[in-house]
Amino acid sequence: MTALIEAAHLYRTFDHLTAVEDVSLSVAVGEIYGLVGPDGAGKTTTLRLLCGAYRPSPVPGAIPPSIMVNGYDLLRHTDKAREQIGYLPQRFSLYDDLTVMENLRFFAEMRGLSVADWRPRSMEILAFVGLDEFVDRRAGYLSGGMKQKLGLAAALVHRPRLLLLDEPTTGVDPVTRQDFWQLIIRLVGQDGSKGTAVLVSTPYMDEAARCTRVGFMMSGHIVQEGSPSEFRKRLEGRVLELAGEPLALLRRLVEKEQGVSGVQMFGDRLHLRVEEGQAQAVMEQLEQHIPEAAGRISRLRLVQPQLEDVFMDLLERQSWTNPTS
Amino acid sequence: MDQPDIVIEADGLTRYFGEFLAVDHVSFSIQAGEVVGYLGPNGSGKTTTIRMLLGLLRPNEGKAQVLGYDIVRQSELLRTRVGYMSQRFALYHDLTVGENLAFYAGVYGIRDRARVEEVLDLVELRAAEGQRVSELSTGWRQRLALGTAIVHKPRLLFLDEPTSGVDPRARRAFWDLIYSLVERGVTAMVTTHYMDEAEYCGRVGIMRNGRLLAMDTPSNLKAHALPGLAWDVMLEQSGIETVSSTEESPILHVLNALQHCPCVLRAGLVSDNLRAITPFDIHDVETFQSSLREAGIQGVRVERVEPTLEDVFLALAI
Repeated sequence: MTALIEAAHLYRTFDHLTAVEDVSLSVAVGEIYGLVGPDGAGKTTTLRLLCGAYRPSPVPGAIPPSIMVNGYDLLRHTDKAREQIGYLPQRFSLYDDLTVMENLRFFAEMRGLSVADWRPRSMEILAFVGLDEFVDRRAGYLSGGMKQKLGLAAALVHRPRLLLLDEPTTGVDPVTRQDFWQLIIRLVGQDGSKGTAVLVSTPYMDEAARCTRVGFMMSGHIVQEGSPSEFRKRLEGRVLELAGEPLALLRRLVEKEQGVSGVQMFGDRLHLRVEEGQAQAVMEQLEQHIPEAAGRISRLRLVQPQLEDVFMDLLERQSWTNPTS
Repeated sequence: MDQPDIVIEADGLTRYFGEFLAVDHVSFSIQAGEVVGYLGPNGSGKTTTIRMLLGLLRPNEGKAQVLGYDIVRQSELLRTRVGYMSQRFALYHDLTVGENLAFYAGVYGIRDRARVEEVLDLVELRAAEGQRVSELSTGWRQRLALGTAIVHKPRLLFLDEPTSGVDPRARRAFWDLIYSLVERGVTAMVTTHYMDEAEYCGRVGIMRNGRLLAMDTPSNLKAHALPGLAWDVMLEQSGIETVSSTEESPILHVLNALQHCPCVLRAGLVSDNLRAITPFDIHDVETFQSSLREAGIQGVRVERVEPTLEDVFLALAI
């Protein structure tokens, strides 16, 4: 597999704050790489480093940073490398008083598309994101979801090989989220032969599960990396689902229960993380303790861990071992 | 006195912007102590409804009472009694946490420093009291914004997408805070795009094109509002091979086939699988599998699942 981007030893400091510390990652053709982690972990800074908006901070004594994008050295031949990249920042600007087509033309010309090329390419990419019916509508009159798709079109107009998306679905409704992800998956699948890759940051764990690989960031580091199923294996046999009434009482009881290392609300039920090999014992204890406290269990069983379980586990572990974060 | 304590009573609220009907005859009532989620696609009228209930926007038709005040005639009085946290937190970035709270307390005529202290503890920002807002993370700003919305001890809180853009851990902590306020007798109406948060609400309303399509408990919505049965559809390894000759990615290939299958009402992505909603008469695995085979879909495993609120939302909202 060819790496479309290969970055190594990236640091970025702001005054006395180290936002990104020795980050290395690579994304291969056909991959959707998800960057997840708490606010302030360094996800946005990492994406800005990878698209060349920030330069890595020099660190005396450290191995010098490198960012190769489809064979081009971003730190030396920035313009050439940037041609390979489409970047959709978290807050992007469209011109509200220009039409969809005029906006796209602006981005196409900025990206150096020729007069002969920009119009057919714009039509092609607008059809791809489903905005071809709205070429003459002013951007100010687009719905939130349509604006998001126009942003995606603008990031793709120059046919980049690598697409960097910074929380593209934050504040977006579930309908638009569905559409947007189908576009991302189609982009990578469709261009399989030509070879596209996507790097996306997201606060939604269900979206992280759709990625081929996930990097979990904390305090400026990528602390874990793997496929969603590799992440889930970490907690296999250690997540219990508990439903019943009253939920507040159940929650208080399980928090005190021996062998339970974490409790999470999952909608109308609880997910319990239990210590290795303790699942059976915990279930037996709960079946006794909950009725004793006048609670009722409607369901208690071992379930497949979800990514959110794993990440909460990682977060809590990390904050014990790394008290400065 | 024996009748339930109604804090919001909306009756046919309607609002146009020019020709555009933003809110279309919306009626509901909310009792004291409830946490009500208000969902809908972007532009479906959620924020407009809230702005009318705050007395910031006059309805073209209909009426509403909030905490017993008429939203048109007593809007100023009403606003001193409710708390409002908007999508864009209205905070002063070059003031400290403590100064922001003191400022909002002053706006509401609260001179008592003890209340500011109390709020600092409530939203767990004691440690950040002297920090400027510009130095805070989004999660902390969000808690401060909540603090400024409750400094005058409102009985009713309107929260408009309060958790947009904060990470899952901060979102959970924020909901714990909301529930600790509810235990003290506060009622909350919350808009959100996060379906897992909607599950925490006692009742959930779903808006589309300005209309309130349903308002009920999450479990009633899941049991009654979905026009069919929910299934997980998983690709078998062999399935991926059989379709990999096409240009498209296997999962989208199957999704596309499901969307055109007569036995499927709606299909979409869920996590790394596919979700399909079928009519009620397709209720066992064998029936579903054979309908899928008829439609040319092979190499998939199906499993009946409990619908999620997202399933209900997508079924109603599209």
